[in-house]
Amino acid sequence: MTAPTILILYAHPAPQRSPVNRRLAEAARAVSGVAVQDLYELYPDFNIDAEHERSLLGAAHLVVFLHPIRWYGMPSILKEWMDVVLRPGWAYGGGPDGGTHALRGKGFWLVTSTGSGLDAFQPGGLHGHPFDAFLLPIRQVARLCGMDWLAPLVMHGSADASEAAIDAHVHEFTRRLTGYADAVLLPEAVHGA
Amino acid sequence: MEHSLLVNACVYLAAAVIAVPLSKRLGMGAVLGYLLAGILIGPAGFGLIGQAEDALHFAEFGVVLLLFLIGLELEPTRLWALRRPIFGWGGAQVALVTAVLFGAALLAGIGWKLALIAGLGLSLSSTAIALASLEERNLMPTPAGQASFSILLFQDIAAIPMIAIVPLLGIPESAGGGGNAWIALVKVIVVLAGLVIGGRFLVRPLLRFIAKTDAREIFTAFALLLVIAISLLMQSVGVSMALGAFMAGVLLADSEYRHALETDLEPFKGLLLGLFFIAVGMSVDFAVFLARPGIVLGLVAGFLVLKTGVLYALSRLFGMARGQHLQFALILSQGGEFAFVVFGAAATAHVFSDEVASILVVVVALSMVVTPLMLMAWDRLSARRQGAKRPDRADEIEPNEDHVIIAGFGRFGQIVGRFLNVSGVKLTVLDHDPDQVDVLRRFGFKVFYGDATRADLMRAAGAAKARALVVAIDDIEDSLALVEAVRRDYPALTIFARARNVTHYYQLMDRGVHLIERETFEAAVKLGRSVLTAGLGQSAYRTRQTADKFRKYNLQNILAVYPYYKDRDTYVSMAKRGRDELETMIARDRKAVDEETGQDWD
Repeated sequence: MTAPTILILYAHPAPQRSPVNRRLAEAARAVSGVAVQDLYELYPDFNIDAEHERSLLGAAHLVVFLHPIRWYGMPSILKEWMDVVLRPGWAYGGGPDGGTHALRGKGFWLVTSTGSGLDAFQPGGLHGHPFDAFLLPIRQVARLCGMDWLAPLVMHGSADASEAAIDAHVHEFTRRLTGYADAVLLPEAVHGA
Repeated sequence: MEHSLLVNACVYLAAAVIAVPLSKRLGMGAVLGYLLAGILIGPAGFGLIGQAEDALHFAEFGVVLLLFLIGLELEPTRLWALRRPIFGWGGAQVALVTAVLFGAALLAGIGWKLALIAGLGLSLSSTAIALASLEERNLMPTPAGQASFSILLFQDIAAIPMIAIVPLLGIPESAGGGGNAWIALVKVIVVLAGLVIGGRFLVRPLLRFIAKTDAREIFTAFALLLVIAISLLMQSVGVSMALGAFMAGVLLADSEYRHALETDLEPFKGLLLGLFFIAVGMSVDFAVFLARPGIVLGLVAGFLVLKTGVLYALSRLFGMARGQHLQFALILSQGGEFAFVVFGAAATAHVFSDEVASILVVVVALSMVVTPLMLMAWDRLSARRQGAKRPDRADEIEPNEDHVIIAGFGRFGQIVGRFLNVSGVKLTVLDHDPDQVDVLRRFGFKVFYGDATRADLMRAAGAAKARALVVAIDDIEDSLALVEAVRRDYPALTIFARARNVTHYYQLMDRGVHLIERETFEAAVKLGRSVLTAGLGQSAYRTRQTADKFRKYNLQNILAVYPYYKDRDTYVSMAKRGRDELETMIARDRKAVDEETGQDWD
């Protein structure tokens, strides 16, 4: 397979200090049909080449956001990427002619990690809400763009994760990614969207 | 002995102090001021000083110093690169002007010997007047300035054989024959070789030694001694003092004491050149002039018209920018210092009478007075031509409103200007290179040609209604002069300045400028980032963060050293301390980056 059908938008501001995401990005690069856009590496000054990014998106069947969660959201460059790349009229309609809906029908997969364990994500816990509640904005992004929301792959408690747990996580990621790449796995039903 | 040296000095200085500022105030330039001062105090004026020749002789050393300083700016390789303009254009100028003047004189029924010598002598221009006029207008870096300089240099060389040939045309018994010429040539070569070797192995160590003794006045004394000694040495083998000094300057151009020599000799050069102009003014012999006013004026007019015409025609061949042809021709139109020598030699050799010689000398002196006047007229005329585009002359502020003025449109100003232009900012560009001006006008820029430090140009450019001024001039002194003038005349105008180096940065801060960029800093950091990422494979974002920190600490350092920069000793140690601090800080950064735990980003 030559033309990448899976586009991974990888955002980690300090990969040298990343125990999980860096390994996921490395693993993804080894899968055929996968292109990894390392946003902090490509655009250290945040001057994102929106035109180029849109052309990559247009060619992909599955879009993956690979990043750690910080302050209940994505790293800043990924938000910048969304702001300049997902232009109204291109990504989701709008404008006089209703727009192109360039992303409609593509899959959207969130692969992320949190430092805290899952127990912190509950009423009364450190973060006060279940983890899913924090995914509401990004899930709505996928919905607005008419993309198919795939079940996110999340690693909680990565700060204290053992080497074995990380290995298993990377393995699971690679397995699903390869599956998607081979178009074996069908997109899951849209979760409650 | 009614006039002692001090009384003479007093008269000269007083005349200069009164006449020059007055002349500059009236927009006539310093050269004309000196010349007028000379006429006023000379025999033709109040007769305060008797002998013009002595002063002229002494003051010629100003021209010698001028050429030494020019030589210092020209490294041998650059001089070599100029060989074509020097010999091609210079040769063409001397040959053509001589031919035309010779022909005209023959047609007027003048004997061929006289015609030839007059033609040769008058083909030479005044280095002092031409270079001073160029510098006054900041024209040295322009094509016209370079061409003028090359031609003047050739004339200095050409004067040597001329002065040698003139006696041969006279009474034949003094002609020495071929053998002497060969010996003379060998002498010149030996002296030149001695100069090259001595310059490297004697003068430089000596300069180093004297600089180490830390006696400033001795360094100055040595600098003067060096120039005088070399000039006398060269003169003794028949090379003109000015040319000798020029060559000595070139030989020292790549020495580490170049700047020290320049700053020490600069004031002497200025004063002596001033004295030279005063002496020229004094030497206008009005008795000769009044005896035959018609002939003298006719000669001056005819000579200037012919020479300017030939120069104008040549300038078109030299590929100069439109609009600069006439200026170039006028700058070189006058007769020069060497004419005095050539005619003097001719009179001594009895090629023609003393009377003819004195008429020719008056013609040359008058042509020297006329040059600054003509240039002034040209300045006015070209200013008017630029102003003619305005619908109403009285409406001085019309040119642009709510615009940004960019002073200096070289490599730096161009980028700023083009960037602002694509951002839809109204621009007014000031530059003194007519080549640039032409191109920019074609693209519809509002361009004013001239020296940005001139107050009237700033006014004409609409400084009063400008939103901002970008000072992007190459020359540090001009940049500071402009900033001072704008602070004074337009205190509300925000200045954005390009700093050539850290000292310049401080000098701008001294003058109340706060928005300053060092011209090379950003590019250097950017390239450093490329080395780290593309070259060494380091993380791009992390490299950017390091660069940001580097920039921040670097600037902090510069500001911390600012209060001390004027005291040089403290400055050096502070700067060194600053460097140490930077090292510490960078090391601290790196440690901080390395020591960060993986807790926050997983």
